[in-house]
Amino acid sequence: MASIARRLLILATALGGAALSAPAAAQNEQFIPILSYRTGPYAVNGAPYANGVVDYYNLINERDGGINGVKILIEECETGYATDKGVECYERLKSKGPTGAAFINPLSTGITFALTEKTAADKIPIITMGYGRADSKNGAVFAYNFPLLGTYWSAADIAIQHVAKELGGFDKLKGKKISLLYHDSPYGKEPIPMLQVLAQKYGFEFTPIPVTHPGVEQKSQWLAIRQHRPDYVLVWGWGVMNSTAIKEAAAVAYPRDKMIGVWWSGAEPDVTPAGDQASGYKSLMLQHGAGKFPAHADIEKYVYAKGKGSTEPGKIGEVLYNRGITNAMLGVEAIRKAQEKFGKQPLTGEQVRWGLENLILTDARIKELGFEGMLKPVSISCSDHEGARYGRVQQWDGKGWKVISDWYTADESLIEPLVADVSAKYAAEKKIKPRDCAKET
Amino acid sequence: MIALGQFLEVLIGGLMSGVLYSLVALGFVLIFKASGVFNYAQGAMVLLAGLALVRALDLLVANGLPLWVAVILAIGFAAVIMAATAWLIERFVIGPLVNQDGLTLFMSTIGVTFVIEGAAEMIFGSDVYPLRLFPTDAWFLFEGLFPGGILVNKLDVWGALIAGVLVAGLAVFFQRTKTGRALRAVADDHLAAHSIGIPISWIWFVVWLVAGLVALVAATVWGTKLGVQFSITFLALKALPVLIIGGLTSIPGAIVGGLIVGAGEKLAEVYLGPSIGGGIEYWFAYVLALAVLLLRPQGLFGERIIERV
Amino acid sequence: MLYREAGQFKATYAEDMAIFPIRQDRIALAVLLGIAFIGVPLLATFRIWPFGTDYLLWAILLPFLILALAAIGTNILVGYCGQISLGSGAFMAIGAYSAYKLATGVHIPLAWLGFAIAIPPLPVLASILLGGFMAAGAGILFGIPSLRIKGLYLAVATLAAQFFFDWAFLRLPWFTNYAPSGSVNAPELDFFGMVVRSPVERYLLCLAVVTVMAVLAKNLVRGNLGRQWMAIRDMDIAAELIGIRPLYAKLTAFAVSSFIIGVAGALWAFVYLGSWEPLAFSIDRSLELLFMVIIGGLGSIMGSFIGAAFILIVPIMLNVIPTKLGLPLSTQTITHLQFIIFGSLICYLLIKEPHGFARLISIGKEKLRLWPFPY
Repeated sequence: MASIARRLLILATALGGAALSAPAAAQNEQFIPILSYRTGPYAVNGAPYANGVVDYYNLINERDGGINGVKILIEECETGYATDKGVECYERLKSKGPTGAAFINPLSTGITFALTEKTAADKIPIITMGYGRADSKNGAVFAYNFPLLGTYWSAADIAIQHVAKELGGFDKLKGKKISLLYHDSPYGKEPIPMLQVLAQKYGFEFTPIPVTHPGVEQKSQWLAIRQHRPDYVLVWGWGVMNSTAIKEAAAVAYPRDKMIGVWWSGAEPDVTPAGDQASGYKSLMLQHGAGKFPAHADIEKYVYAKGKGSTEPGKIGEVLYNRGITNAMLGVEAIRKAQEKFGKQPLTGEQVRWGLENLILTDARIKELGFEGMLKPVSISCSDHEGARYGRVQQWDGKGWKVISDWYTADESLIEPLVADVSAKYAAEKKIKPRDCAKET
Repeated sequence: MIALGQFLEVLIGGLMSGVLYSLVALGFVLIFKASGVFNYAQGAMVLLAGLALVRALDLLVANGLPLWVAVILAIGFAAVIMAATAWLIERFVIGPLVNQDGLTLFMSTIGVTFVIEGAAEMIFGSDVYPLRLFPTDAWFLFEGLFPGGILVNKLDVWGALIAGVLVAGLAVFFQRTKTGRALRAVADDHLAAHSIGIPISWIWFVVWLVAGLVALVAATVWGTKLGVQFSITFLALKALPVLIIGGLTSIPGAIVGGLIVGAGEKLAEVYLGPSIGGGIEYWFAYVLALAVLLLRPQGLFGERIIERV
Repeated sequence: MLYREAGQFKATYAEDMAIFPIRQDRIALAVLLGIAFIGVPLLATFRIWPFGTDYLLWAILLPFLILALAAIGTNILVGYCGQISLGSGAFMAIGAYSAYKLATGVHIPLAWLGFAIAIPPLPVLASILLGGFMAAGAGILFGIPSLRIKGLYLAVATLAAQFFFDWAFLRLPWFTNYAPSGSVNAPELDFFGMVVRSPVERYLLCLAVVTVMAVLAKNLVRGNLGRQWMAIRDMDIAAELIGIRPLYAKLTAFAVSSFIIGVAGALWAFVYLGSWEPLAFSIDRSLELLFMVIIGGLGSIMGSFIGAAFILIVPIMLNVIPTKLGLPLSTQTITHLQFIIFGSLICYLLIKEPHGFARLISIGKEKLRLWPFPY
């Protein structure tokens, strides 16, 4: 009950010593809004991610005094994973700070869809690292969307590559049965077109199985799986749906090591509620996994030692926390890149967009940043807003995540036609004239 | 033979998960019966009870108490929390709203839902807390008869047993105890009950308390199934059709309604789902409830609504 | 002393039966409409406080207007006709998706008959209105059970509509034109060559629609039909005995209400969200609308506006104020506090005035008439 007492204490001091003076607005600050969800059905996964993001920005301020001297100013807004609240938060925060929002990061595929048009009109980049709309990889059409490090189509391809490897080759996929258990929302539906393409190419039988939001009731889906006996079940869940899927799989005795989750279904809160039943469960990795790296040491030294950390020290290094700091790091590096061109001052969203589009992180730079081992090189360009298409597979052994595979690279020859096709459709619908990427510098 | 085995498996699984819905629906029925309040907050009360239970349990176990002592103490703590909640709700919301129409009362319970959700998460935390009171693995019955056997989840069986005990307990409470009989009198006509000296606000407190304890029981089962977390509040929406089919005022109705809804939606999902798109259990229970209401507007076991001009 | 009707003589029945028989009310309304139609757009165009940013227009006024329209629709059904509905969100969705289908062209192949129903893409305004009519049709269909089922049982029965349509728009790819993600994009808002893009234009469009609809609704509830609805609401058996046909009265209420809600849904999708998924019209939306009409006042058009403003703005205020004050609270705590305070406020309002803000205002008016004398 220690944490309860702490909460009450914080609340009491907060109410007691409410300082009415708003902090004076400094001019040399770069404003970054944070759309987070720490309450509601998806808080379990939303909170560790947001903690990572906040801690990394604090690290930059505390250790480096900002980005080249430009302090980062952050404000959080609670979306509860609801689209309309996300839109309200975006409108509330987009023009704060001296230059407005540097970029926005909604952590919800639904909010991403709703904001895609607005951010383009407001000239604010929208970073959707490992989620968002897969067709937005095409920067010619989606000038302001950045689905960094991997889209769901890359994820689908990597998952099938891993299945093929376990089976002993792509030719072994023929005649196999692969089911997709997905969150019935734009998020869960995104991989389906890619998996259909893959099913046709490799000749496996693909069955999508929807689970209704928020995914607390999955008995009939798993009874159907028990009867259908697929060779693999891909899990595209979020929040409570993931742990429920693992428990139901255990209940129908479906082998957990034949389940492969997407990178949003492979964090600690997804497996711990299932206890021992989760042993053997596998998931994709958005490059990084769990564990501490040099960047974490800095966070502990400069942020937590000063009592400015946003979570319990024991949770530093969890999968979603690491995703949060990776995401924040990419944003900060984009601003740094943009400062090279536009000067060391607060930048507008449009300027940061240039930084994002020209961001190149080499192995050496990643090591310098303290992310060695978490990340492979990233290279973003006008025609490729994804920047990298790597992934690995990890397995839960009952206590921790273990990396069990080498690096995979998603097959661009399969994804590219789909991206071109769907983004062209969007361009026609919205009357967008695609940029000519050859002319961009 | 395989087809029959699979059918039985889905049927049994459905009936069992229906009983789990009934556990939540029972709380609704109790309150509606005694005070005419359609209590939307029941789902939030399950969350509150579960959080209180699991947090206290974790703390006690961490302090080195043996598990069974910790369980008893934690259940006691959660029960005290539910009693406090019941008192607050009766004192500050339902009491002042006496004699308002059903819609106003219903909306006020949605207000209560917000308060409980906010307070429960603020005090006890908004993480996911695993609870392991019951086994969650499965039996495979008749493996000789059907290939693969018929799968029955042990947690579901526990849930069904608990629901049975609970209903029996409630029946005894309503039929045999003085408070129980007073409750039935208030349910019939609260003005008449008041005039013969039954303390109405005490009775309403007792009803909310009993509903809170039913929520606690539901929380032990659902918390084991899902882990105690915010999503448990969505159970309220799963329980609504159960309660409408059974009738808002009938305790056995809640159980029968649960069985019908559970079996109906699982069979529909498994056998009709693939041909029309999947996910139909999302609405199937409600359409089933609508169909039942068209035949019997007061539900299967509800009291007939007699209107006078 | 300002609010007194002494000296305002009415010489004809028409004057006596006007919507606003008191001059001061007419002036107040004219001022309000003046501010809404001229003041706000001017301030917004020249970016004068509080319209320095788009926030007020985009995130407050636009959703307020659209939700107020939906609340008027809900109020007609719940407040005037007494039929509790938890399916308003579904009717918004029907309006939105029908309008989307009509605006992008409908193609229904009837293979067994050897031809296909093909409707070319319609203009946006026609799509939005037809979306409303589609919602009205669905409303009539799901209103039929109301002839047999009453009260809270009906409320739960209308949830069947809510969940069924949630599912249909999510699962049947035809409705979303086979979009891979199931999320759809609104077409360009082209009104006979005039393209609505900026927040001010969007605001004016919604304001115009809401004003027209509100005037129509107000007149409808004052007329024959409205009186039939109210008779049914107050006691359906008695209404039937004096010659009101429950079938006709209830189904017209469902149709009119669903039409308005459907138009609101189409506006919500096309004008406010621009890109949406069925979750935008979930059960939460239905409950929110029901709250708006109950907090605002059942059976009051003006109450719908006040209720919409309250339910929309109070949570945002509760969320923003602690940050503005610089309270050192985490986002999490603020949100939890917001839930607690908002829930308590609702309970408090329901206890203090179960008939909503509309009743408070009419009490206020009565007092103002007598002021400064208590008699």
